[in-house]
Amino acid sequence: MSDYKVQLEVFEGPLDLLLYLIKKEEVDIYNIPIARITSQYMEYMDLMKMIVPDVAGEFVVMGATLMYIKSRMLLPEDQQVSDPEASADELDPRWDLIRQLVEYKKFKEAAEHLHKRELFQESVYTRQRSEAALEPSVGRDPNLGDMSVFDLLNAFNLVLKRVDQAEDLREIFEDRFTVSDKIDFILRLTAVEERTAFSRLFEGTASRMEVIVTFLALLELIRLKQLRVEQSSIFGEIDIVRLKPEPTSSIKESSS
Amino acid sequence: MELKSLIEAILFAAQRPLSIKEIKVLLVNPAETEESEPTRAFKKTREAEISAAIQELKVDYTQQGRGFQVQEVAGAFQLVSHPQFAPWLKPLFDEHRFHRLSQPALETLAIIAYRQPITRTDIESVRGVMVDGVIQTLLERGLITLTGRAEAPGRPMLYGTTRAFLEHFGLNDLNELPAIEELRRRNLQWTAPTGQPDVNPSAEQTGEPADVEPAPASPTN
Repeated sequence: MSDYKVQLEVFEGPLDLLLYLIKKEEVDIYNIPIARITSQYMEYMDLMKMIVPDVAGEFVVMGATLMYIKSRMLLPEDQQVSDPEASADELDPRWDLIRQLVEYKKFKEAAEHLHKRELFQESVYTRQRSEAALEPSVGRDPNLGDMSVFDLLNAFNLVLKRVDQAEDLREIFEDRFTVSDKIDFILRLTAVEERTAFSRLFEGTASRMEVIVTFLALLELIRLKQLRVEQSSIFGEIDIVRLKPEPTSSIKESSS
Repeated sequence: MELKSLIEAILFAAQRPLSIKEIKVLLVNPAETEESEPTRAFKKTREAEISAAIQELKVDYTQQGRGFQVQEVAGAFQLVSHPQFAPWLKPLFDEHRFHRLSQPALETLAIIAYRQPITRTDIESVRGVMVDGVIQTLLERGLITLTGRAEAPGRPMLYGTTRAFLEHFGLNDLNELPAIEELRRRNLQWTAPTGQPDVNPSAEQTGEPADVEPAPASPTN
């Protein structure tokens, strides 16, 4: 079992395997000898199948893509599908694959660079390196009471009761609330200020279903470590705290 | 009292990287809370003076061959030991102090860092493999975060890197990533274009399998 794990980790995916083959065969990435590379690729697939019976789907898909490109290359030029709009490069059946490979290769190099930076960071020590110190809000603040899931459930229950009283039980509510919409809503709400009152999430909620869905969305965001809940006093208002600072957005799209 | 020494003391005692602004607050505030001759002296310290003092510290440490140096991470400063002393410092720390990222995590993170905000599908079309698990790990480690939703069918989530990402790699900002200009562009050119710039990604889509679909370049911001 552990053997094949190692094998699989050598190639992160079909693109990785292709890059390896291109390097091994010492061929030009911009002019891949598709027949040769395809047969090499298939050989590796067979090899992998011996070790893992169900080779990951993406490897199979890439195999099919290679075969398809190979078959298109075999067609005489005047019978190839042509698009008058396309440039000479794009007419090459390999164009899309090559574009993808070149791009992947660049990111692989970028990842390699990140790894080097990581190794450097690993070798420098700060006087006190604790994750809590880097992010004070994550650490325990003695001024804030501990909050358990039960406190949160309790607060949720209160909101539910309020809604139950207001809800007209005979009316059938259509299912128009989804967790992902509510995640959206909560993210938007919490984006404005770092702390948002728990009750604000439920302002304007009319149905039991909506309250439940909103609560599920909140739990999901807590699980994803986007938010955290805090209570400043026993039975006090619960605050939703945005955990991560605004993502660094120094990269602006140059154009759209 | 010298500003440089004071800042050195602050950086030494701080438990996290401090930005110039934070240092300024630390320098200026005591003049009000515990007014005295020395505190008043720093009441009007300007940010430029702080940067200059930090630069001086950097030079001092290098020239004197000190065991530590000033590092700038995510726009904040901290004192760190010189990397060459790592073998001797290692035993002082928990071996799980630093978690290296796996190859899939690094590749995924690189794509997110350069192309943010980006959807999972777009990451997958670059890597050619599924990235669900990796994304989950990166989210849990706080290296990436949800930044919103794309204006695409299904309104998929968009991901971006966080401050913790910069800290993990000791980066000051995203512009320190190599080839940032080139890699953040979506449609890479790979030969000299023969005619007009090709802005027609559907042209090469003549019945290809769906997995080689080019990344749609429609970020929302």
